[in-house]
Amino acid sequence: MSNLPGDSPAPSPTPSPTLSPAAFLIRGLAVGVVAGLIAFVVAFAFGEPQVDDAIALEEAAAAQLSPAEVAAEEAAAAEEDHAGMVEVSRDDQKSWGLLTGMLAVGAALGGLASLAAAAALGRLGRLSARGSTALVVLIGFVAVALVPFAKYPATPPAVGSGDTIGGRTAAYFGLLLVSVLAAIAVVVLANRLAARFDGWTAAFLAAGAYLVIVTVTALLLPTVNELGDFPADTLWYFRRASLITLAVLWAAIGVGLTALVGRMTDQASAETARRELAASL
Amino acid sequence: MSQSPATPLAPTAVGTAVQVPVVPLLQLGSWVVFFGLLAMLAIFFVSADQGAISLPAGNAVHEWVHDARHLLGYPCH
Repeated sequence: MSNLPGDSPAPSPTPSPTLSPAAFLIRGLAVGVVAGLIAFVVAFAFGEPQVDDAIALEEAAAAQLSPAEVAAEEAAAAEEDHAGMVEVSRDDQKSWGLLTGMLAVGAALGGLASLAAAAALGRLGRLSARGSTALVVLIGFVAVALVPFAKYPATPPAVGSGDTIGGRTAAYFGLLLVSVLAAIAVVVLANRLAARFDGWTAAFLAAGAYLVIVTVTALLLPTVNELGDFPADTLWYFRRASLITLAVLWAAIGVGLTALVGRMTDQASAETARRELAASL
Repeated sequence: MSQSPATPLAPTAVGTAVQVPVVPLLQLGSWVVFFGLLAMLAIFFVSADQGAISLPAGNAVHEWVHDARHLLGYPCH
């Protein structure tokens, strides 16, 4: 693919093969869709019972409102714009709706992970294609899922006020943005440090810098506590199911992408070796 | 992503290790922009639409992906 004159590095005795971004993206999307499907099965099995419990609590609380409170809620609802308001049944939400969300997020994260793996390939010290791809997805899981979860853990239905959704959304995505940018920055930093220290020292220094950045950011952002008297056991079961779902989604992306990228680079290396042999004859 | 494309490979002992292929960063850039926007759009609809921001108005998207939004840890209602 390196037929542009500015693209190819200085000629070396063994030119490294290059791969196209599209080859990565197509693999990332395929892996992401499969990972979304697996995450859907896990979320359906472990998460949906907790969502149902939380909705039952929500409805029980609504049934205990006084007539005056009910009238006030209905008046507030009537004031809202009713264009496009629909009712989706619980059966649809927990099957097709959940599947739609998992497939969309799986494909998006799989595709993004594959492009990140493409950028990292051959550029992370002496890591092999499989090693760098697995590391990229692991960093993605920590930066995109784990760190935001640590400050703003998933909340079941019945927890959270509609009045604060704006601030909570801004805080969550603010932390996510800082976490992802910090992760990219420290990987570049680790590469620079690796020239001066050994690989492990560079990796630990970079990981430490990342932790400092996200910890300070998390401390600066507002704390959310809208739990009220929501039962602690249901909350924990829900959050555990949510974390398992996220971990399975990322693990499936990691395993699948590492296998496919590894096989693709093996083929590219074999092709280069064959060409060199042919050229030397 | 500010690495110099002039050094696409970490120095490896030529002949002893298999060279890891690289993807030229200039080629990768446009794909990252193109797919990055697409992916953000997809994640937006699942994670935040018709919560803090509504495109389009209503609650159909929110209701449909409701359970995925909760279980993937995004702020819901």
